[in-house]
Amino acid sequence: MMYGIVVFPGSNCDYDAYQAIKSAGLGQTKYLWHDSADLEGCDLIILPGGFSYGDYLRAGAIARFSPIMKAVGEFASKGGPVIGICNGFQVLLEAGLLPGAMRRNSGLRFICKEIYLKAENRDSIFTRGIPAGKMLRMPIAHAEGNYYCDAETLNGLNKKGRVAFRYCSADGRVDSDSNPNGSTENIAGIINDCGNVLGLMPHPERACEALLGSTDGALIFESIRKAG
Amino acid sequence: MSKFKIRVEVRFKEGVLDPQGETIKNALVNLGYSEVAAVSTAKLFILELTADSETRALQKAGEMAAKLLANPVIEKFSVEPQK
Repeated sequence: MMYGIVVFPGSNCDYDAYQAIKSAGLGQTKYLWHDSADLEGCDLIILPGGFSYGDYLRAGAIARFSPIMKAVGEFASKGGPVIGICNGFQVLLEAGLLPGAMRRNSGLRFICKEIYLKAENRDSIFTRGIPAGKMLRMPIAHAEGNYYCDAETLNGLNKKGRVAFRYCSADGRVDSDSNPNGSTENIAGIINDCGNVLGLMPHPERACEALLGSTDGALIFESIRKAG
Repeated sequence: MSKFKIRVEVRFKEGVLDPQGETIKNALVNLGYSEVAAVSTAKLFILELTADSETRALQKAGEMAAKLLANPVIEKFSVEPQK
């Protein structure tokens, strides 16, 4: 399996993603420059974290118009798997590949810390390897992770099981104390209706080696391998 | 073709929390301005563009706002000539 990691000007988690795929032994990896419209035969696309185009205007707002995103949109519409992490999630929202939008964190600050995640959906290709009852520990690092969607969209996400992850406490409580950024219903990650596009604010690629404090992120990448 | 300056204002839709506005409001109240009930923030863009009429310039600016300057999920916008 060939993993394609898109590099926008301002991406800074591209190498982390590369390393995570490599250390999980998932397959081969190549970088895809934003200015190209060619996915070069990759089987899965990762939009990494960072600050594409300096987060100018809105996070992800300018990156979504880059040539590579047109190709990513076509790839996703044919069922190709896409993961957007942090800024990559913001790009997916701006591109309309996932519903909703990001607002500034409710506390207005950039937050960089470890959080816990509860997998709400364990049937998707991205989450099927996560053991029942397992809370995932991994870092968040963002200023605009306060997820918003209108009531109708929210209802749809909940009904169709499209909420992938919610922020929670170490013992799995989903409440305002465990919500780091004001996100609607503690939403940390969502999946599209077809189940092939995942966006999440936390950084699984930074939690794939014991040296980094957690290997829980690898469960997401392992899920993809099981799916493949 | 003539040159026009168009003012595009982008603000949050009603019902979408504006965390900056809320924080600024609290700061004003803390400064003693207890009469301040709410603050909402907005982004202002001044576009300089050429078009064959002001109407056309406004229409183009509206297109640009809908496509890029505003995110319709959370924001609304207005366009008017910049005086």
